Amino acid sequence: MSPTQFDMMVLVLGVFGILLVASFVGQILERRLSPDGSNPAIENLNARINAWWVMAILIAIAFIAGRIGVLLLFGFCSFAALREFVTLTNTRRADHWALATAFFVVLPLQYVLLWIEDYEIFSVFIPVYAFLLMPIISAVRGDTQHFLVRIAEVQWALMICVFCASHVPALLTLHIPGYEGRNVLLIAFLVIVVQLSDVLQYVWGKMIGRTKIAPRLSPSKTVEGFLGGVVSASLIGAGLWWITPFSPVQAGAMAFLITLMGFFGGLVMSAIKRDRGVKDWGHLIDGHGGLIDRLDSVVFSAPIFFHLTHYFWSQP
Amino acid sequence: MKSLIARPVAVIVLLFARAITAVRPFWYEGRLPRRRSIFFANHSSHGDFILIWAVLPPRLRRRVRPVAGADYWLKSKVRGFIGRDVFNAVLIERNREGRTMDPVESMGEAMKEGSSLILFPEGTRNQSDASLQSFKSGLFHLAALHPDFELVPVWIANLNRVMPKGEFVPIPLICTVTFGEPMHLADGEGKDAFLERARGALLALAPKKAAAERVEE
Repeated sequence: MSPTQFDMMVLVLGVFGILLVASFVGQILERRLSPDGSNPAIENLNARINAWWVMAILIAIAFIAGRIGVLLLFGFCSFAALREFVTLTNTRRADHWALATAFFVVLPLQYVLLWIEDYEIFSVFIPVYAFLLMPIISAVRGDTQHFLVRIAEVQWALMICVFCASHVPALLTLHIPGYEGRNVLLIAFLVIVVQLSDVLQYVWGKMIGRTKIAPRLSPSKTVEGFLGGVVSASLIGAGLWWITPFSPVQAGAMAFLITLMGFFGGLVMSAIKRDRGVKDWGHLIDGHGGLIDRLDSVVFSAPIFFHLTHYFWSQP
Repeated sequence: MKSLIARPVAVIVLLFARAITAVRPFWYEGRLPRRRSIFFANHSSHGDFILIWAVLPPRLRRRVRPVAGADYWLKSKVRGFIGRDVFNAVLIERNREGRTMDPVESMGEAMKEGSSLILFPEGTRNQSDASLQSFKSGLFHLAALHPDFELVPVWIANLNRVMPKGEFVPIPLICTVTFGEPMHLADGEGKDAFLERARGALLALAPKKAAAERVEE
């Protein structure tokens, strides 16, 4: 077994161990407090834990399948997220071909560019080519009503769901001296820190949360939950330095940045949901709402994490 | 032979519809419809009945037959195969001339054999700006002749955005299928009153303000 495989196994066993404990606690809570399924908080908790299992298993399978598995998994995530996002936008008949292009040309091409590891084009394909092409396609149909709004919405959908999300598997394309063949662990680091930070913010908020941070956007987010979540997730991130190319201090700083971006990502995506008058982005994951509800913090932190690592650690 | 191909085709259509729309049902009070039901729905796309068909659990799906226009579904061999063999549609003649069988009669036959129906009381696809056109009288006659069947209003949301008329590439968007409270013809209720009540019940299931409408304002 190579050191990478060994580290991966330790990580997988760790995650599954935590989930086992969570499932155990969830079952006990259900028996004690909600034997007839009457307590919605506990029902939701258990639905979430089950969904975590599915997600952890899917990610583990993708990792075992290698580069193609990771690309397919995140390609599907981008597709499902884009579907949720576009469902809530103000598109009109005239945008039909622009949308078809977004789904069936831009999205697959972005992942093909990752497959061939062409960073030069990958990094500009959506913000330059797609962003100029989409309004052209829509304009050709001649419908000018709310043109800017429609274009902006489709572009932002692509930005969030395809461009930003694809920066998670893009971590595989980095060439870091002394870290060859271990890039998949960078994805694990990012995903674990982001998701733990979400959970820890929730837990700290429930325990000592008093001061609401943005009551109009997200009534459940508190200053105490935010600080507690950020600090504890950063510490856990520092403790995971052994799977990264970073030193413990650097890993902690990266984790701090990831959790910060993740928090604000959640805030921005809630603002969109409030504007559209919906509670969740969709219904793909039982107990979590839509895929974007789970992915919002990842998509905001992934590009920043990717670029900092690329800038400071990677070599061409 | 045909039925051997029809089964897999049905499965493929089902998977395709799910992949594009991630369709989700909302049942009335969270329970499944009765075995003897007439589902009446808004009609904006050729795929409407497929979404209702897709969300019904298999044991109900096997017994449900969509009611469709013979003029459309018999136009080509492929359509005929899909309409008749894959979905087992009750094909009715919409033009009064050249009718060999009364539509209500054909539907009644299917109901006597124990089938549920999917019906579009607007008669044809709605391409107007109104969310729901006026109803044809068929629903009333069926309600009067078959009081043992529950009439279930069903609102299909978003499918018209997935595939607007004249386009052939579907846009993946999330669709929902909302089932309303089952209704019956009341004692002494007249045709117009009943049709208006049924239309109101269906309209009440429509999302209050769809994203697309907001921009039109």
